[in-house]
Amino acid sequence: MKILVLISNVPDTTTKIRFTGDNKAFDTSGVQWIINPWDELALTRALELKEAGGVEKITIANVGTNATEPTLRKALAVGADDAIRIDAEAKDAFFVASQLAQVAKDYDLILAGIESSDYNGAGVGGMLAAMLDIHSVSAVSGVSLENGELKVQRDIDGGNQSLSVPTPLLAVVQKGIAKDPRIPAMRGIMMARSKPLNVVPPADVEARTEFLGYELPEPKAACKMVDEDNAKELIRLLHEEAKVL
Amino acid sequence: MNFEFTEEQLMIQQAARDYAQRELIQDVLERDEKAEFPARHVKNLAELGFLGMMVPPEYDGGGMDTVSYVLAMEEIAKVDASMAVIMSVNNSLVCYGLTKYASEEQKQKYLKPLARGEVIGAFLLSEPEAGSDATHQYTSAEDKGDYYLLNGTKNWITNGNSASTYIVMAQTHPEKKSRGINAFIVEKNSPGITIGPHEDKMGMRSSDTHSIMFTDVKVPKENRIGEDGFGFKFAMMVLEAGRIGIASQALGIASGAFDRAVAYSKERKAFGTEIINHQSLAFKLSDMAVKIENARNLCLKAAWLKDHHQPITVASAMAKQYAADVAMEITTEAVQIHGGYGYVKEYHVERLMREAKLTQIYEGTSEIQKIIISRSLMK
Repeated sequence: MKILVLISNVPDTTTKIRFTGDNKAFDTSGVQWIINPWDELALTRALELKEAGGVEKITIANVGTNATEPTLRKALAVGADDAIRIDAEAKDAFFVASQLAQVAKDYDLILAGIESSDYNGAGVGGMLAAMLDIHSVSAVSGVSLENGELKVQRDIDGGNQSLSVPTPLLAVVQKGIAKDPRIPAMRGIMMARSKPLNVVPPADVEARTEFLGYELPEPKAACKMVDEDNAKELIRLLHEEAKVL
Repeated sequence: MNFEFTEEQLMIQQAARDYAQRELIQDVLERDEKAEFPARHVKNLAELGFLGMMVPPEYDGGGMDTVSYVLAMEEIAKVDASMAVIMSVNNSLVCYGLTKYASEEQKQKYLKPLARGEVIGAFLLSEPEAGSDATHQYTSAEDKGDYYLLNGTKNWITNGNSASTYIVMAQTHPEKKSRGINAFIVEKNSPGITIGPHEDKMGMRSSDTHSIMFTDVKVPKENRIGEDGFGFKFAMMVLEAGRIGIASQALGIASGAFDRAVAYSKERKAFGTEIINHQSLAFKLSDMAVKIENARNLCLKAAWLKDHHQPITVASAMAKQYAADVAMEITTEAVQIHGGYGYVKEYHVERLMREAKLTQIYEGTSEIQKIIISRSLMK
């Protein structure tokens, strides 16, 4: 079995979000980039499946400029076998899925994180499955290989659903798919240098959305303390300021 | 001049940071309280390759440079100085000493498992009567033809009980003074070795420190490192490089306390504003930042020199003295910034302050570093 894991390059989750002067773009200066946490869990599960046997190769794919290569090499250091980078600035979900469609054909299982932690679009996985015309399952919290057969688990309201699925399959995975992301070992970091990172030119596709502007949410107001004997004041605040009563 | 780190160096720094912030932080307070050895973390960090980082891959090590080692040590020590010293002794005293000076057979037999971190090592130089003045070794290694007979006591041995491989310095030819000292690889389970009780320390309580007694311990001839009489020179050369490890540990203790002080100053309010907005505190933090940056640069300079096979005697002494003194100063100020909270264990800075003190004492006190630096000025 060959697995493809889609990797999005996102700002570290503790990044202080700022926009450029005209509020039209995210200000990337000083930002530290990481593997999208959901993609990282997907990769972790792929590695677990490979270690259990039955998986011959794990490839990772990303749409991005050469600035995303350190992130891809980290994924290689953790244990992916090779990487594909489609050389284009990731624009919207349609654009990214269209780019990935050209390299995602020959895999038995494609794992896509449920969303990326930057724009939270959650569109790429489903679109890519449609473009490839293969089966897909969303909100997957478990993937296993039993006697060569692929099983997936999904969290559903009040329970858990188990499915037996044909290949090729695209699984959109969420929390629960693997426990903790792995830390690369020294040996993996050294080997990452010599693993193939293939750069592919982008397909001629137009993005279908345009970002008009960004706004930061209002800063959270400070907490107001009300004396325990002053229930009247609490009611007044809830009524007049918070307007919940 | 190039102040840029390579992608690999940054990846190692991040890996060490992730492990420290995710795993070490969870039980560091409890291990400090109970003086408990971090066996689980030693195993995990060994699997990641942090116990033999600079050993060449042909001897099962990580093959990384000293700059990467400094970056990793800082991250580990930020959270857990005990784990950092275990790592430092194994990497820069034991593995480095064997990589540089051991015979091929010794490397195959002893270095490989140490580099894999399957076993850890200890470095036995200090004695009850020989600390800073290490030339006067009372432990004797009598030449008995096909083996040496070891007798004596070693003190303050980090990893004393948890190590399987000891590197022991002992006097073979007292008339030759320091030129009569030899260094030996001694297996801990050799008959005649008694391990003293666990030392109840002020800080770094989770590293196990013991005295080790040798009574008629037979050491095979082939376990001597280098030529007859090479032991003192061996110890000095190894300690010279080892200082970079302890300097980086001190740097980590300082920057760990500093990060906590900055975070606390942005949260804690007094007189109607976050305390970082009071200039007396902002300026204090600014001074601390400069000192930490200086310490970091000294550590990295010494590491860079070592990686480029240039002399490191003065550079590593400067890094160690400065970083240790800065660690003491920064952790003391970090406690001050936290006020009453800084004095209770939950906030970590009181522990870091206790740990900082040892960096001014072991692997050459700050005074010994000044001797080394000043001697270079007298030449």
